[in-house]
Amino acid sequence: MEDQVILRIVAKLMIPFILVFGFYVIAHGELGPGGGFQGGVVLASAFILYGIVFDAQRMRMILPRGVSDALASAGVILYALTGLYSLFAGYRYLDYSPLKPSDAAIAESWGMTLVEYGVGITVAAVMVTLFNELVEGTVKKG
Amino acid sequence: MPGFILLNDFLLLLLIVTSLVALHTRNLLGAAIVMSLYSFLMSLVWLNLDAVDVAFTEAAVGAGVATVLFIGALVLVGAEEKGRPRIHWPAVLLVGLTAVALAYGTLDMPAIGDPQAPVQTHLAPQYIAQNVRKISASSADPAGHGAAPGATGTQGRASDYFHGHVPNMVTSVIVNYRALDTLFEVAVIFTAGVSLVLLLRGRGAGS
Repeated sequence: MEDQVILRIVAKLMIPFILVFGFYVIAHGELGPGGGFQGGVVLASAFILYGIVFDAQRMRMILPRGVSDALASAGVILYALTGLYSLFAGYRYLDYSPLKPSDAAIAESWGMTLVEYGVGITVAAVMVTLFNELVEGTVKKG
Repeated sequence: MPGFILLNDFLLLLLIVTSLVALHTRNLLGAAIVMSLYSFLMSLVWLNLDAVDVAFTEAAVGAGVATVLFIGALVLVGAEEKGRPRIHWPAVLLVGLTAVALAYGTLDMPAIGDPQAPVQTHLAPQYIAQNVRKISASSADPAGHGAAPGATGTQGRASDYFHGHVPNMVTSVIVNYRALDTLFEVAVIFTAGVSLVLLLRGRGAGS
């Protein structure tokens, strides 16, 4: 679809905004609607849009398969490590207080942001993998 | 009848129409796009019921990514429906009976938005009270929260098993109150991704 000028230009214009919106949704999960799941899907949609308009092959040059696989596990690990940190600091698992013991509200905000990033990274990476594996072999070579 | 219920009924009617259209379209590409419309209408229903987080998820996943994946699958299998499946009357009867039973069940349900409904009086008041109180109280009451490690209880109040401090109650419940639950939800998504890779990767490179 690369020969479609309007599609190409609009996609190139949209992708940065989609990415920023995705990160906004992840980072503001504790304030507004949204969170890791929704933000992760929005992030993935930017990559999927690039993969549809240009080529899945070119999208994989930006986000290689190895990287998206690693990110999928990194998100889960980030989430689990946030919980383990509280455990080793003497609190209950996934209690966010030790991140800033003097102010529970801020500690919780930080903890939730970390955890939301974990969720978002995993969801985005899995969605991109889903798209990658689905279009495998359907795109004409050359 | 309040306006939002009328709007809700109208949207639900449109939902039924779109699902029937999706069933009757021979062209599967058209059906996939009608399914996207269905998800968008569903998201409007959630929005109308003030469930903004659910509406957001429905719009992003149902109307957005799921449609892309449907169309990606159609590229693989072709967009024309092969043969018309005949109507299986016993199944229609069973589905009809289930629908009647479910509709009969809704007669006992409280009205939408009824403040005396059990769902509003059970745990929800605690969530709201603890959340709202602590946003303003947390900085004024530093001794009560985040006591030193080893102190009895980390939230300051014995009854305070739901420790929400943030304005968005939905996210607060999801990643505070049910943080462990969400951790394993993410693990489920990760597992789905891994099984997908195991099943589908390398199809093109010969078996």
